[in-house]
Amino acid sequence: MSESQEPTVKPAASSTTALPSALLPDAKGLVGDDAAVAMVSLFQKQQKIYARAVSGLFSTWRWSLVWATQLLFYGLPWLEWNQRQAVLFDLDTRRFYIGPLVLYPQDFIFLTGILIIAAYALFLFTAVAGRVWCGFACPQTVYTEIFMWVEKKIEGDRIARMKLDSGDWTLNKLWRKTAKQGVWLLIGLWTGFTFVGYFTPIKSLAAAAVSFGFGPWEWFWVLFYGLATYGNAGFLREQVCKYMCPYARFQSAMFDKDTLIISYDVERGEPRGSRSRKADPAKIGLGDCINCGLCVQVCPTGIDIRNGLQYECIGCAACIDVCDSVMDKMNYPKGLIRYDTQNGLAQHLTRSQRLARIFRPRVLVYSVILGAIVAGFFISLAMRHPFKVDVVRDRASLARLVDDGQIENVYRLQIMNATEQPHRYQVSVQGLPGIRLATQPDIRIGPAEATWVTVNVRVPPESAQQAGPGAHTIHFDIALRAEGDASKDTAGSVASEKSTFVVPR
Amino acid sequence: MSDFVNSGWALYVAGITIAGLLFCVFILVVASKRQVMASDNTTGHIWDEDLKEMNNPLPRWWMWLFVITVVFAAIYLALYPGLGTNPGTLKWTSTGQWQAEQDKAHATMAPVYAKFTAMPAAALAKDAQAMGIGERLFINNCAQCHGSDARGSKGFPNLTDSDWQGGSGPEYIAKTITGGRMGVMPPMAAAVGTPEDVKNVANYVLSLSGSAHNNLAAELGKPKFATCGACHGADGKGNQALGAPNLTDKVWLHGWGESAIVAMVNGGKTNVMPAFDGRLSPEQIHVLAAYVWNLSQTVAVAAK
Repeated sequence: MSESQEPTVKPAASSTTALPSALLPDAKGLVGDDAAVAMVSLFQKQQKIYARAVSGLFSTWRWSLVWATQLLFYGLPWLEWNQRQAVLFDLDTRRFYIGPLVLYPQDFIFLTGILIIAAYALFLFTAVAGRVWCGFACPQTVYTEIFMWVEKKIEGDRIARMKLDSGDWTLNKLWRKTAKQGVWLLIGLWTGFTFVGYFTPIKSLAAAAVSFGFGPWEWFWVLFYGLATYGNAGFLREQVCKYMCPYARFQSAMFDKDTLIISYDVERGEPRGSRSRKADPAKIGLGDCINCGLCVQVCPTGIDIRNGLQYECIGCAACIDVCDSVMDKMNYPKGLIRYDTQNGLAQHLTRSQRLARIFRPRVLVYSVILGAIVAGFFISLAMRHPFKVDVVRDRASLARLVDDGQIENVYRLQIMNATEQPHRYQVSVQGLPGIRLATQPDIRIGPAEATWVTVNVRVPPESAQQAGPGAHTIHFDIALRAEGDASKDTAGSVASEKSTFVVPR
Repeated sequence: MSDFVNSGWALYVAGITIAGLLFCVFILVVASKRQVMASDNTTGHIWDEDLKEMNNPLPRWWMWLFVITVVFAAIYLALYPGLGTNPGTLKWTSTGQWQAEQDKAHATMAPVYAKFTAMPAAALAKDAQAMGIGERLFINNCAQCHGSDARGSKGFPNLTDSDWQGGSGPEYIAKTITGGRMGVMPPMAAAVGTPEDVKNVANYVLSLSGSAHNNLAAELGKPKFATCGACHGADGKGNQALGAPNLTDKVWLHGWGESAIVAMVNGGKTNVMPAFDGRLSPEQIHVLAAYVWNLSQTVAVAAK
């Protein structure tokens, strides 16, 4: 029961089966000595893929991850912390709240850290287990699965869908198609709405949504993100994976011969052919593959995994699930298509040998680097000062002479409170003998606010003369004080910022 | 407004632009015609035994995007400046856009300032929002010369003390900000006498404020001070109507010490403050003047 129409186009040079000429609409008279090197037109219109539904171990895993990731994405903006949204990226006031953390734009280095961790984590588990990200966790896969589930519920299973599409436009077809598009659009808009809810408090966004009272940018992003979800998951589907996403293309750089990939056991399966269930395949000279073609029918990217690993394979393991179920029906052992490594297949490694191969230099190096970066990330996050300081010295009036011949420089300090409680701060200065602030300003800053404070720094004349004319490095120590501790010495954290003190000629 | 000295260049630019667009369209039309070159949809050439190149037409979507860009370019150049000196039907200019943004900003802030214009400086000094606006106006416009703490430096007056030349009070400050100020002291060396005389007068001036000086020189310089007294007053206490400083206080705007005073007498001084009339609106100047006046009323600059 093999497919009469292979919905895939592969470069002819690597093809082991002759491609039917129906795939070459523009070819003119492919004849004779050219037949061996079949020319493939790249103007192939996308053949719609009707993936058959599948259930099994990996399908269960995939759906668990769908639930987990989507509960996280859709649920997180609704959580509260300290009477505000727990995760909120307030672009207007430029504060990024993640739980108890109040992050400033100056903290973007942590975002960089997160991205680096994501990249190394990706390298690590791709080196170990292939494209598990693609098949199980990638938003493209997740949303495509959700949309295809909707399609299956409304239009029916694979055969029903194919019949519906190839049939004429009846009332039945109309209402089914309309309903499906409607549900897709709703899911897309809900996704766009949730996305914007990370930037505008989602509860007030919901209230505004009822009266269509979004701001102009909110409208734009809800619609943009919503329509992008709708387009990518509803129409583009596997074309994103096949043509747009770079992950497919550089997998060959991230895999090695000990990477777990979805493999068809050629030795066990070939030669393929249908046979009666009662027959012993060894006796009739057949391998375990009964050539049912189900592995091709369930594939969301429309490939035949029996041809080997291809770049289109997103590692969703649907073929594994369906082949295992067929093997069960035939009373053969599972695993004709299974997660295995190239070396494992070639060298017939046992499971424990394969497992041992996981701890190879590449994986260990990735793990160590990843561990170091993760540790560094969390340590620096824990060691963050609860406030930030920038020193801006006056440039036009470099220095001035004040009473008793002291030299005075003026500075403006920007102190940014990175907590959600009001705090008091104290400033001191060091770097030249006798250097001090002219007056100690009373600095009180509210929660998550930033303030400019002007300070005058004076140096006694003898010290200035000894230091000589020019710029001298000094530093400011800004200390946190608990509210109401006017007399107590500062026990809180101290931020130190460098600046220069100018002694005029 | 053209930067070209000869209008011929504008025509040259416009001509090249239009010719370029037309050429792009021409190339597109030529390239999108499909030419069959070989029977198997290839170009007919074979490299390295079996390498062939397919002869496919331009993708339709690509071609139409190209056409759209050309159409966009044509519409854009009709509406906006781009073809030489042609101003475009919308007559857009960057200064015009800037002016529109300025007007919009002023219109937005007008209600806030309207409230403040009615209030006198003493009342504004108590309004936190007004003082906040005043501080920001000060930091952006005045602090470059007068310092972030308004205490000035050599040549730039200290705005927090009570030493005012030419007048005092918020109206005087507003007038100064609006029209600027020029303080002129003419060179007086010839009127005073010899360089020795100038040095003696300098010492006498130092003695007026109780600063360190040479007693003998000061005694010799006292009669010569009459020349200075014409503007600075016989007692040296200054003349606010003329803008002549008080020489008996401890404020030394242009430097302290004998050499500084000698330089002033010999060379005179023209101290200029620019006018902010065009850059700040009268309403802004009203608030800013109140802020500056408030600085000299309170001893410390409040941390905000």
